[in-house]
Amino acid sequence: MAQSSMDHHPQATTAADSHEGQQHPIRLYLLVWGLLFVLSAASYLVDYMELQGGLRWSLILIFMMLKAGLIVAVFMHMAWERLALGYAILLPPFIILVFVVIMLLESDYTLLTRLTEFATQ
Amino acid sequence: MADVTLKKTSPEPPEGLAGFVADWSSDQRAFKQVSWGKAMMWILLLSDTFIFGIFLVAYMVARSSTPETWPNASEVFALHIGGADIPLILIAIMTFVLISSSGTMAMAVNSAYRRARGPTALLMLATALLGACFVGMQAFEWSKLIAEGVRPWGNPWGAEQFGASFFMITGFHGTHVTIGVIFLLLVAHRVWRGDFDLDRRSWLSRGNGDYESVEIMGLYWHFVDLVWVFIFAFFYLW
Repeated sequence: MAQSSMDHHPQATTAADSHEGQQHPIRLYLLVWGLLFVLSAASYLVDYMELQGGLRWSLILIFMMLKAGLIVAVFMHMAWERLALGYAILLPPFIILVFVVIMLLESDYTLLTRLTEFATQ
Repeated sequence: MADVTLKKTSPEPPEGLAGFVADWSSDQRAFKQVSWGKAMMWILLLSDTFIFGIFLVAYMVARSSTPETWPNASEVFALHIGGADIPLILIAIMTFVLISSSGTMAMAVNSAYRRARGPTALLMLATALLGACFVGMQAFEWSKLIAEGVRPWGNPWGAEQFGASFFMITGFHGTHVTIGVIFLLLVAHRVWRGDFDLDRRSWLSRGNGDYESVEIMGLYWHFVDLVWVFIFAFFYLW
């Protein structure tokens, strides 16, 4: 009986067997762990070597995005989840970027006002 | 005849508060292969993303709208070790501690799905210890800065908004780490006791080797690490 139902629903049994879990090789976790250490050391070096200007900011952003991507994709298993969940969780935060642009324009104006109205000699 | 069977298969749903609960707990799922608990944790983390996003945007506005010079984080967070000022060293150590805790948490999730009770509990305990270590260093950092005269309304080095941004952002993150440590210890204790291998449902587990709440706990912990990546980049390095 159990055998025949397994034949009819192979997907249902595999889901129950794995408890819908995320089982991945330890080697992968260790690799990501190591990469996160290297990337953190690299972003610390950006400050230690006192890099300035565009180079500093682009390096900080690149290392930040790489670290964030590794954590979300591997440690949080997003790489193996279905797209429906990935889109639902990962797309909304990008709205913050619109907010950033709006607030940058606003703070530019505030700075201008402060410089012209509160200038002290 | 057909009417009767139809009524039997779809009974009237309950009304009022009971109906509200029944509707939300009914077996409808958009996120396939993701349990209810995991989906809800992701949604909690998404809303937390917006909270931290707003904090960082507020910090950006404070910093880009002030005519005063912003205090140099590299010098503010330097420590005097062995006769020399090492820039940002405490923050670097905190970063490595938090990343290590994320690593041990990933290992704990891996052991949990192999249903290895002992290693899972121990690795979660190690994660909690590293997290507590992080909070301890943050407490040290706070008291050092307060002793040097940093307040939410001013500091000795420049723009007044520095203190407000610092206490708000790192304080909220530290609170998250603290809550994580408490829950790690709680879940680790239950794993160690064998609650998840029982033949019946228990708190956080459907029983019979259902270790998914360890992974859900891990999602929260990795998120705390993730937020720190952004704080480290924007507040300490920028």
